[in-house]
Amino acid sequence: MRINDVILRTVVRFVVFIILTLAIYLFFAGHYSPGGGFIGGLVIASAFVLLYVTFDIEKVKKGIPVDFKKVAALGVFLAVGTGFGSVLFGVDFLTQAAKKFHIPLLGEKELGTVMLFELGVALTVVGVVMTIIVSIAEGDGD
Amino acid sequence: MTIHLAIILPLLMAALIPFIYKLFTKIKIGWLVLLVPVTVFILLARFIPLISSGETRTYTYEWMPSLGINFTTYLDGLSMIFGLLISGVGALVVLYSIFYLSTKEALHNFYCYLLLFMGAMLGVVFSDNLMVLYAFWELTSVSSFLLIAFWHHRRASKAGARKSMLITVSGGIAMLAGFIMLHAMTDSFSIREIIAEMPALTNESLFIPAMICVLLGAFTKSAQFPFHIWLPDAMEAPTPVSAYLHSATMVKAGIYVVARLTPVFAYDLTWFWTVTIVGLITLFWGSFNAVKQTDLKALLAFSTVSQLGLIMSLFGMGSLAFHVDIDASTIIYTQAAFAALFHLMNHSTFKGALFMMVGIIDHEAGTRDIRRLGGLMTIMPATFTIAVIGSMSMAGLPPFNGFLSKEMFLTSALKVAEFDIFTLSSATALVPVIAWVASVFTFIYCMIIIFKTFFGTTEKLPQDRHIHEAPIGMLISPFVLVFFVIAIFFFPNVLAKYILAPAMLSVYPGLASMTDMTPHVYAWHGFNTELWMTIGVVVFGFVLYATLSKWRNIYNTIPAQFTLNNAFNRVLAEGENVSSFITKLYMTGSLRHYSLYMYGFLILVVGSYFAFSDTFRFSMENNAEIHVYEVLLVLVMAVAAVAMLFAKSCVTATVLNGVVGFGISLFFVIFRAPDLALTQLIVESVTTVLFLLCFTYLPTWKPEKTSHRQKMTNATISILVGLLVVAVSLSVLYFNEFKTISSFFENAYELAGGKNIVNTILGDFRAFDTMLEVVVLCIAGIGVYTMIKFRTKKGDDRHEN
Repeated sequence: MRINDVILRTVVRFVVFIILTLAIYLFFAGHYSPGGGFIGGLVIASAFVLLYVTFDIEKVKKGIPVDFKKVAALGVFLAVGTGFGSVLFGVDFLTQAAKKFHIPLLGEKELGTVMLFELGVALTVVGVVMTIIVSIAEGDGD
Repeated sequence: MTIHLAIILPLLMAALIPFIYKLFTKIKIGWLVLLVPVTVFILLARFIPLISSGETRTYTYEWMPSLGINFTTYLDGLSMIFGLLISGVGALVVLYSIFYLSTKEALHNFYCYLLLFMGAMLGVVFSDNLMVLYAFWELTSVSSFLLIAFWHHRRASKAGARKSMLITVSGGIAMLAGFIMLHAMTDSFSIREIIAEMPALTNESLFIPAMICVLLGAFTKSAQFPFHIWLPDAMEAPTPVSAYLHSATMVKAGIYVVARLTPVFAYDLTWFWTVTIVGLITLFWGSFNAVKQTDLKALLAFSTVSQLGLIMSLFGMGSLAFHVDIDASTIIYTQAAFAALFHLMNHSTFKGALFMMVGIIDHEAGTRDIRRLGGLMTIMPATFTIAVIGSMSMAGLPPFNGFLSKEMFLTSALKVAEFDIFTLSSATALVPVIAWVASVFTFIYCMIIIFKTFFGTTEKLPQDRHIHEAPIGMLISPFVLVFFVIAIFFFPNVLAKYILAPAMLSVYPGLASMTDMTPHVYAWHGFNTELWMTIGVVVFGFVLYATLSKWRNIYNTIPAQFTLNNAFNRVLAEGENVSSFITKLYMTGSLRHYSLYMYGFLILVVGSYFAFSDTFRFSMENNAEIHVYEVLLVLVMAVAAVAMLFAKSCVTATVLNGVVGFGISLFFVIFRAPDLALTQLIVESVTTVLFLLCFTYLPTWKPEKTSHRQKMTNATISILVGLLVVAVSLSVLYFNEFKTISSFFENAYELAGGKNIVNTILGDFRAFDTMLEVVVLCIAGIGVYTMIKFRTKKGDDRHEN
């Protein structure tokens, strides 16, 4: 039976970008309003899941040629690395620091090491969720 | 800092070796590795003048000050001896291994493990803190395990590695218990502080248990009877490893601990008896069993066991000095410890050379079975020279260093026999007798090494290869060692003055001055009892060697099932059976059972806590008003949950489960927790997809076929868990057993600079939790991935547990 999913396919193409934009917004908003690394990561993952559900796995793999296991590993490395990074500067493990920067177009913004830490969390979440889902979906046939 | 550097350098290099090996394929990795022990040796040698004047050096790096664990290195005479041995013999062994191992072997692994061992061993001897010492101690066991199993495709290598690991690590754990008892008595982990406090504490109830535990660690590591069985099996390791770990350094770690802690425990005679008797039994049993071996390495292994027993017993005898008033006539009792240190050095030189000699024969002739060797003297004259010098020194003949320390050993044994302060003369009279008998057997196996290998016909040799002398590179190291064997015989007092004398101060702190405790070593001291004993050893040894075939049968008197090895294997096999039986009792492979255990445990622990602390509370007074739409939402969720029980297909159950989840996220919205609502929504969506994906793996949805009773149990547990969760969540509102933590987060904006308190907690206040959660999440992901990729195919054996 062929399922007619033209509407789904068309909508998803656009919606995925909206979801990803939302994810990035949530990620950066986390410090002051609802959001953060964990939610951001989850939203990115759900966007990818949506892609996998709509299109077949081979096609998405061509579009996003990323090994999600490595993404997860990179995330853990970042999260643990920021912890050790603070030790290198002679302060206690996992001490976070922040500084205000003037960025062109965006104006005065605060950048903190906590962002790197949150990025680590987000990448781990994306990596792990996608690794699990992709491996279950792929492991199906054999 | 220099000493810290000496420990760190090998460890650092061990970490770098695999990368260097991959990046620079052209260079011979061994030469690079050789730099490490040479550097360490030079670093340490610069301290010899300072140490030989009786001074010591301490360096402290505060590691975990709150637990009293500091990385303190302590450089004194005793640690100096070991440090020089580890780095000196280490350098020679690395040099030898460059020519011994083929470049096709996994050299990066080999040198990585070897350097790991070197760093760990240096850590053991230089640590002043018992906990740090213990950590390095176990690291030596681990690296020894890796090195024994270097040729891990061989069954015997794996078995030998496992045996050594099991025995030395169990001993190590006993030692850890001993260290903790010492800490309980003295409230310190520092060896020097413990030594200072100990004389007043010998009547403590923990004193004897602590001593026994520490000795268990030392005896297992130093292969003392009855724990010696791991050492012969460890000979499966490549020969450089046997020469390094299993004769010169690691097996002497136990002796180091005994020497180091002599001033802690020697105030009690139990120490003297245990160490001396175990040492003597090992000395005899090792030499007795060495004679029957046909594999040259196994023979050397038993000989090492025996020599370690000798050194051990000498330290035992030396502890008698703590029970006499030291003056000119009784200073002689400290000589046993001097002889022990002296023999420790000598043993490393001649046994190292002998192991390398056997390695050469194995390398060139392709076998080390004495039944297939013979007549190698003319083919390999240089190797023959090494063998003769090494064996003669081991047998205790002049003009080699073994003669000097062997004579001192006999002197000490005779002195102990005269020791009559505690009216023990009848028992101690046995000491020189055992020493002499063991020396006779030592002489016999030394003869076996020389005559069976190098004399006789060449007919039995493997004919398929052209046997020739070893390349010069393999001969350098053993020749350096045999050079020392002879040099020490002619200039023993140089060694005594600069190396051994300061170590005596470590064994007997404050007992007498350094010069008083250092005897002048003579090669010739007239026709005294010791010399007659040596002559007796030679005469009897020759007679027994000549008649070996007549009395060989005594080795068959012990039936195979009563040997120690068999006992060890039986215990291991039984242990495996019992644990597999117990595991299979509850690891059924059914997820339903596992859920039952988990929920049952939850009810038991959480429920009984709340019940016993009487904290179940329920009150409606302070609750906010309940709105109609909230009631409706609850009803929807409840209906969905109950309907799930009666669902006819997986899809229905999943959808219903989704209804419950989305209901919860609606509640979060109503109660103004947007973070939670958002998270719950996404988690719900992702898990629904996950569920749908998993359907292909699940069996078709069937009605349960379990018994009525089973169903009732399941129902009871489910309802109880539900009730418990409700009761607990209602009670926590009134729960005040613990301090509230919300006050910590009140200043979130000032402290963490964030307005979103949830995220400041996650990313700053409790960042450590988050970090570990991330790690756990990643591990779980890898777990799922490997489970799916490597799951057992249909028809394979079940590998549930």
